[in-house]
Amino acid sequence: MTSSKQALAHPATSADAAPGSQPGAARGAQGRGTPPPSPDSWRSRLYRWDMKASPYAFIAPFFIIFGAFGLGPLLYTAWYSLHNVQLSGLDHQTWAGLDNYKNLLSSEFFWNALGNTFTIGVISTVPQLLMALAIAHLLNYRLRGSTVWRVVMLTPYATSVAAATLVFTLLYSWDGGMVNWLLHFVGVHAINWRESDWGGQFAVSSIVIWRWTGYNALIYLAAMQAIPADLYESAALDGAGRWQQFRHVTIPMLRPTILFTVVVSTIGATQLFGEPLLFGGVSGSKGGSAHQYQTLGLYMYDQGWGIGNLGKASAIAWTMFLILLIVAAINLLITRRLRKSQ
Amino acid sequence: MRTSTRRSRRLAAIAAVAAMTAGLLAGCSKDSNDGSSNSDGGGKGGKTTLTVGTFGVFGYKQAGLYDEYTKLHPTISIKENVTTRTDVYWPKTLTRLQAGAGTDDIQAIEVGNITEAVQTQADKFVDLGKEVDKSQWLDWKTSQATTKDGKTIALGTDIGPMAICYRKDLFAKAGLETDRTKLAAQWKGDWSKYVAVGKDYMKKAPSGTKFVDSASSVYNAALGGESQRYYDKDGNVIWDKSTGVKKSWNTAMEVATSNMSAKLKQFDPTWDQGFAKGSFATVACPAWMIGYIEQKSGDSGKGKWDVAAAPTAANWGGSFIGVPTAGKHQKEAIALAKWLTAPEQQAKVFAKQASFPSTPGAYSSLKPAADTTAYFSDAPITQIFADSAKTIPVQHFGTKDQPIGTAITDVGILQVEQKGKTPDQGWNAAKAEIKDVLGQ
Repeated sequence: MTSSKQALAHPATSADAAPGSQPGAARGAQGRGTPPPSPDSWRSRLYRWDMKASPYAFIAPFFIIFGAFGLGPLLYTAWYSLHNVQLSGLDHQTWAGLDNYKNLLSSEFFWNALGNTFTIGVISTVPQLLMALAIAHLLNYRLRGSTVWRVVMLTPYATSVAAATLVFTLLYSWDGGMVNWLLHFVGVHAINWRESDWGGQFAVSSIVIWRWTGYNALIYLAAMQAIPADLYESAALDGAGRWQQFRHVTIPMLRPTILFTVVVSTIGATQLFGEPLLFGGVSGSKGGSAHQYQTLGLYMYDQGWGIGNLGKASAIAWTMFLILLIVAAINLLITRRLRKSQ
Repeated sequence: MRTSTRRSRRLAAIAAVAAMTAGLLAGCSKDSNDGSSNSDGGGKGGKTTLTVGTFGVFGYKQAGLYDEYTKLHPTISIKENVTTRTDVYWPKTLTRLQAGAGTDDIQAIEVGNITEAVQTQADKFVDLGKEVDKSQWLDWKTSQATTKDGKTIALGTDIGPMAICYRKDLFAKAGLETDRTKLAAQWKGDWSKYVAVGKDYMKKAPSGTKFVDSASSVYNAALGGESQRYYDKDGNVIWDKSTGVKKSWNTAMEVATSNMSAKLKQFDPTWDQGFAKGSFATVACPAWMIGYIEQKSGDSGKGKWDVAAAPTAANWGGSFIGVPTAGKHQKEAIALAKWLTAPEQQAKVFAKQASFPSTPGAYSSLKPAADTTAYFSDAPITQIFADSAKTIPVQHFGTKDQPIGTAITDVGILQVEQKGKTPDQGWNAAKAEIKDVLGQ
């Protein structure tokens, strides 16, 4: 504040005052070859420097923080992944070359985790997006109290992973959980959700679905409301029913939005961590006794913080990074294909 | 005029951004200098704040020890930083120790991690051996925290002598003996005798109840009485040849394959529910679990629980506290650590929390809280735990003791107990897991 007052106190000098309010005009005046008088040249130099430097200063905080907390650790992790490093001996590193990576590729637990990440990703993302689409379609009708419904849709997303998972863990508990209690009425025997192979994956997916369906539904709803009403009207005139309108008007118009949610959900699924960790309970980082829902994120955590093998954990981190790049590339390819086919 | 205001605004903005960035960086460096918890103590005659980093419930606060100490030393104030889970606490502490920053003035160390701390972090701790009379503690307790060249990096807090806590009412309904001395005699000397009692229990078990909470807890309890665990005394891994492991594994397999287990996982929310619902009749209880049972079973369990001697004298758990050299107030921290682990204070923690002292000098004056005694049917818990404590064998721990143990209980045993695998399949699964742990 004081600096602004001081600046105001000084009478505006010729070079600044003459061209008027636009900085562009000021530059133009200089460009026309009227060099400012010498006592003021530092001022204009400062001004030019300001024009050039201040945008960088404005964006600098992000890049400084990214460098310190993003890029730095990323490179350090790469360095770690080429060494034998134990959590208890960070200063005693020995060069291991690509051993950590070789070790990883021959580890059954790594391939298991990769497979789990994929299957859990599929069984959580696909139903989630389909349900979101259906819900958005329903909410798009004229409803009484529509705001209430929309807010309610978003509440699961607002609850924390920990709280949601804790509740689900109790619902799925083997002995006296509500899910088994309900199944008992349809004559299904109690299922040990946490330890059965597909049951654990299903349970973890259901937590993900519960949390994210409403969020995606709202995105779809927003996109649906941007579809011009006359499209529906003319479709109705042509005799299209509700379902046909949905298939031939809504879905094609939503295509970019659907692609967006698919990409975001895929990335989310690749990084799945909190839900299986907490669902697994005390030794959750193993993802169940047979690693049946251990995702790549969990495997990394278990190696690094459970076992203390930081070198191998770093190798997993970098492998995950590469996998994400591949996934992103595939997504990009598909997106292009779909755009072209439109 | 407008130009100059605009420019000065921009300059002001740059200044603000620069100040923020500088502040942020300064914030970082300040943080790493004195940690998140050390507020500026000492100095201008103000109070010195000592921080104590623990996991789970240590009972110091509950027993009023911090209040007592600050009354004795008005210039000191104490803050406890609790991390509930050991598996979160220990990695965090390890990284802070090695960074030489962010540690608390006093850090607790669990017995499963003490060997790792002694072998890899000894230079990060103050040698407390010079500060105290080491003969106050049980020999094996102090030797666990002492390096080969005689540096004691931490002082013993509690130990975990073992007993069997059982539901008298459920035993009566199943038509079994309910007297604690006669019961103890039935399974004395061998954990498989305890399993045999379990088989009897299951013949007439009250509906919805099982004999024991989990096969893993029986495994841990049995292994706690064996002198041979996962490592030999020179620090070599011998887990697959260890007689102790084999014996305890076989006992656990008997439990896992005979439908006497409630199949719970200890310290899970469902385990807590099991206490509240009374869904299992016995649990192997180290002294520190007494307070836990009382808390989780609640009023419904009052007077129904009883305590009997375990088949073998065994130890499960127990902790140490050490003073990191990175701490700002070492002198004050050493004094506090000495005071907290002295026999009188250990006896006070026992009175509140039933965490059993590692200083035999405290044993004569031990008195459990009146409500604890009433809760456990007036069982002489002091006597039972002290008897066990005196005959616990010396055990050698290794650097990866905890992950190996987790692999056996949470992979091997759990697969047999909950996935219906055969004991051989469970053993092989544990083996693969341990190979992964040891990086072989």
